[in-house]
Amino acid sequence: MAENNRAVVMLKERFGDCVLDCKEFRGEVTVTVKKQRIVEVLKCLRDDLRYNFLTDVTAVDYLGRDERFMVVYHLYSIPNKDRIRVKAPVCEADCSIDSASGLWNTANWLEREAFDLMGIIFNNHPNLVRILMTDDWVGHPLRKDYPLQGPDREAYKGRLS
Amino acid sequence: MASTEIMTLNMGPQHPSTHGVLRLVVELDGEVIQKITPHIGFLHRGVEKLSEHRTYHQTLPLTDRLDYLAPMSNNLGYVLAVEKLLDLEIPERAQTVRVIMNELTRLKSHLVWIACHALDIGAMTVFIYAFREREKVMDLYEKMSGARMTSNYYRIGGLSRELPAGFEKDVQEIVDTFPGHIDTYEGLLTKNTIWMQRTIGNGVISAEDAIDYGITGPALRGSGVDWDLRRDNPYSGYENYQFEVPVGVNCDTYDRYKVRLVEMRQSIKIIDQAMKRLKPGPILADAPQVCYPPKESVYNSIEGLIHHFKIASEGFPVPEGEVYQGIEAPKGELGYYIVSDGGTKPYRMRIRPPSFVNLGAIEKMAKGSMLADLVAIIGTLDIVLGEIDR
Repeated sequence: MAENNRAVVMLKERFGDCVLDCKEFRGEVTVTVKKQRIVEVLKCLRDDLRYNFLTDVTAVDYLGRDERFMVVYHLYSIPNKDRIRVKAPVCEADCSIDSASGLWNTANWLEREAFDLMGIIFNNHPNLVRILMTDDWVGHPLRKDYPLQGPDREAYKGRLS
Repeated sequence: MASTEIMTLNMGPQHPSTHGVLRLVVELDGEVIQKITPHIGFLHRGVEKLSEHRTYHQTLPLTDRLDYLAPMSNNLGYVLAVEKLLDLEIPERAQTVRVIMNELTRLKSHLVWIACHALDIGAMTVFIYAFREREKVMDLYEKMSGARMTSNYYRIGGLSRELPAGFEKDVQEIVDTFPGHIDTYEGLLTKNTIWMQRTIGNGVISAEDAIDYGITGPALRGSGVDWDLRRDNPYSGYENYQFEVPVGVNCDTYDRYKVRLVEMRQSIKIIDQAMKRLKPGPILADAPQVCYPPKESVYNSIEGLIHHFKIASEGFPVPEGEVYQGIEAPKGELGYYIVSDGGTKPYRMRIRPPSFVNLGAIEKMAKGSMLADLVAIIGTLDIVLGEIDR
């Protein structure tokens, strides 16, 4: 179970109430933490638990929830061949979280992408500009309220024949 | 005394050595690179967004078009992720075929890499030889799936159809002839003075920096990090195969070149072992709620037709949850992170492309080197823009 996971035990001990949830699904451990201490949590995982490789940073839009976005970090431990997923909820009104680019350079581009497509602001990011869309693009395409066909077009109604 | 100033040079997005539509803005002091700013996104098609509006089966063909030089690897990552969500058990025959095809895909991808990498540096012959051999794998792709590039051969739960007649013979021919072909490339390059001068000491990145920049795959192993997902977190039955994971020492382009060549030889070894394990049996999991029924039953019975129609039109519900599945694609770790809300379409599908993250390190690798060496660095990173831009 997730509660017995070494990393979860340590995070709970160090960060107490900041650990909001821990779950195991299909053998994958997910820890949800408060966004205020995300960089400390990641640093602790990297330095003390040898999760030395940042695989991915992304975000999920749960439109309709109080805390609309979830920023998701996938960490991997090359020495222990082990993965852990760390998530931090972010609300729409204060759509920002601290950048992990001080811990891993990988985060630089991955956070730029999450900003570009999902509109999450990463504080202290060295160069938070759009990466896939053009600089003058309006809106964030991966948000659930962004229409699939684009903002100014009529929605596709299926084949008429 | 002549004064100096920094010159800004634009390279791409239509430059042949950028392997697609990559634009690099290079700031030069003489011929030495001071700063390099990649501009990407010219090929962005919104695959992640599109997948939220399609059923799980309909999303599969989108994945071919990410790394179009290694379509079956993309398919594999995706189907494994969905199968993990469903907790589905895959028949052994399907797993073995997937291993064979995946390793052939690795060969195919590495052949394009060596061809273009050598061509960029000025060795034309290798390009022509490697593309000739790649055709062999492409022909096999075509026999299996009907398409040379966009294969779409796997299915959630197994494979779309049985292997074509003569498959064993074709694969055996590849297994028999490819080591000789690789010898040819080595003969043309490994001790070639120009090749060595262009690649030794070029694009050096230490193991610590490579991990810091998230480099994966042969580019990371070239820096001496012994990590291969096929061995360390096996999937699709890779734990049953014996193979070596080559690592480099000098962290430069030449070592990455040697790593990839050894990888090609190891792939042939894996294919050979897999062919011996290939036994007759079912190719689809026993999960009628997920898998398409056999064509025989679709064409000849009303139940089969309805079954097919239900899956094709509505899809199938997937348990609520989230999974991440990483595989060792030819270019590095390809990951699929799928969030399901219990519906028939992915709530969110995130693709972790190896090329995107690897390209992020170009600023580090190219800084301080000559402009002409930049071409070698792009080649050694082995990027595909279809995957970077998605």
